[in-house]
Amino acid sequence: MQITSPDFKQNARIALQDVGLQKALGNVKTGFPHKRATAMARLPEFDQLRDEARDLKNHIIENLDLYLEAFESKVLENGGHVHWCRTSEDARKTILKICQEKNAKTVTKGKSMVTEEINLNEYLEANGVTPVETDLGEYILQLRGEHPSHIIAPAIHLNLEDVSETFHANHHKPKSMDPAVLMQEAREELRNKFVAADVGITGANFLVAETGSSIIVTNEGNGDLTQILPKTHIVVTSIEKVVPTLEDMTLFLRLLARSATGQEFTVYNTLSTGPRREGDQDGPEDYHVVLVDNGRSEMIASELREMLRCIRCAACMNHCPVYGAVGGHSYGWVYPGPMGSVLTPQMIGIEKGALLPNASTFCGKCESVCPVRIPLPKLMRYWRRNEFEKHLTPKAARWGIGVWGFFAKRPALYRQLSSFSNLALRTLGGKKARINKLPLASGWTDGRDMPAPSGKTFMQLWSEKQKNGASS
Amino acid sequence: MNTNKNQPVVGLFITCLADLYRPEVGFATVKLLEQSGCRVDVPTQQTCCGQPAFNTGDYSTTADIARQTIAAFDGFEYVVAPSGSCIGMLHHYPELFEDNDPWKARAEDLKKRAFEITSFLVDVLKIDDFKVDSNAPAFNGSVTYHDSCSGLRELGIKAQPRQLLAKVDGVELKEMEESETCCGFGGTFCVKYPDISNRMVGNKTQNIVDAGAKTLLGGDLGCLLNMAGKLQREGHAVEVRHVVEILAGMTDQPALGEAQSSVKAG
Repeated sequence: MQITSPDFKQNARIALQDVGLQKALGNVKTGFPHKRATAMARLPEFDQLRDEARDLKNHIIENLDLYLEAFESKVLENGGHVHWCRTSEDARKTILKICQEKNAKTVTKGKSMVTEEINLNEYLEANGVTPVETDLGEYILQLRGEHPSHIIAPAIHLNLEDVSETFHANHHKPKSMDPAVLMQEAREELRNKFVAADVGITGANFLVAETGSSIIVTNEGNGDLTQILPKTHIVVTSIEKVVPTLEDMTLFLRLLARSATGQEFTVYNTLSTGPRREGDQDGPEDYHVVLVDNGRSEMIASELREMLRCIRCAACMNHCPVYGAVGGHSYGWVYPGPMGSVLTPQMIGIEKGALLPNASTFCGKCESVCPVRIPLPKLMRYWRRNEFEKHLTPKAARWGIGVWGFFAKRPALYRQLSSFSNLALRTLGGKKARINKLPLASGWTDGRDMPAPSGKTFMQLWSEKQKNGASS
Repeated sequence: MNTNKNQPVVGLFITCLADLYRPEVGFATVKLLEQSGCRVDVPTQQTCCGQPAFNTGDYSTTADIARQTIAAFDGFEYVVAPSGSCIGMLHHYPELFEDNDPWKARAEDLKKRAFEITSFLVDVLKIDDFKVDSNAPAFNGSVTYHDSCSGLRELGIKAQPRQLLAKVDGVELKEMEESETCCGFGGTFCVKYPDISNRMVGNKTQNIVDAGAKTLLGGDLGCLLNMAGKLQREGHAVEVRHVVEILAGMTDQPALGEAQSSVKAG
């Protein structure tokens, strides 16, 4: 997919004017946070579970090699295959090779952000394999030639009318505005694809080291058909998804559903453990796990390490006022919102992702809802520091901080600057005591007034008061 | 009133915005502290907390300013500011220094002594019989309270201002929807991403107006300037004040961005 993160500001400006998008985003703001709060209130130990999950994740990251190798040996024991892929390209090639070995024409796909990350669909198509997205949201987006704007609700930027038109144009059936009818249409279209597919590709929410299992959680059941019906099942996932035991997995499942959709449990929690065994009624003949690194092992050794705790619940973006204003596509790559502002610069390079960690007021809402307590503002600040050190910070901002810093480090001069600015602002404010057009600060005054100072600076008045007090 | 030698000595950290825009906030804070038995001084070696540099990623400038601030408040039992955001920044100072740097310990020490004003009154001085100065002009009307992000999430300030406001006769608190959602100020964010900031403050003013209160209160001038400016641009009559103005009984002066005459008439 094309990276438009360097155009974040322009993307955001367009998004703010997009009436349909703004309507759709209104549903995010009121829907997810409310549901999460309700679910949380029903589970008194929620915060305690978050602490446990944070600690467990830290332990896993410290011992990642051990757990991944344990996972691998179990998969092999179960008759499956594991492929270690350092880069996106390695992963794409590995997946294509498996498809080609099976002479695959079509592959069905369950929802997977890692396959977005490695740009799998375009690559498969370019090499004669047709990917079919089976998650309803992903299916709609595939018909429209779009990418997800949200990591758990990929088509959240669309409204019913959009879906209705897209289906009408692609399914050649009478136009309908009834969600049930639209759902039925998608179901009919997808049924045949499920049966015809040569390979099924899913992601994984977690990998379980003790059993060699992968688990997907979905609300549509499409993932089950994707991984059970075709003869070959490929799990494409990233290395930090591994957890030690099934019991550990359930801790994360409890947090994931509540943090993501506000459900107590996701509808389908489907484990797959290797290929079909003798006596199994269903399941693939071949089972592959493609483990993608793509910069993650570098993160272990960096200040971004804590980001590897992320379980992709989307609570951070659901609660982010910036995401809520501009939507996911503005961020210009796969992962939007606060978690994306930390991950994207790591994966596409800070030069291209520079604007993202700056697109936050550091309000801290994301950190406050994160089920694994990732200090997202701190990690965004890490990138800002990195940008400053690499001279990627825009010149004007750098210059501004330089001038301001010069004064801030010299109290007497700073005092004079404050008094001067105070007088200037009061003069500009005049009798109205507010300014509606301020040179050099049009960003502020284009949308709001600037209240003028109500008198001299506090420091001026305080020192006058001290003098008067002393002389009297 | 307590005037003995044991009275706590407080250094007022005035903050750039209160210094520049609203000296009354500084005087109200001093009044509240003195009324509660503290001796207040204002060290002249203070400037800004350094947050603009910190959030721009300029750690070297931030550390310089941090050392200056730490030194300026040496010897004060407490450091109090009318801002959760600036005190929150003081609490970040230890992150700026390596473990073996002597400034690290001094930063940790400052952190322990630094409080936002409403939190200081409630959590440190534990004032449970708070009273507004009886000679002050009475404030009558409804207020709504914006929970500024840094104070709320970095310092846990939520109940403290409300607890104090509940002791003020004539004040009726009408909570707004989403009082904990960011107003879009965000320091340099509001000039770096003005379109997004403007949308966020627009969402905020909608909630403020819907609350139907006469006055918007908060604990951070950055947010208050942002919201006051938007309310005024949109033509709403809601007046905006820092919470200390009400608590100190200093509401005879014009609200933020209000002309002198309009208040005299009112």
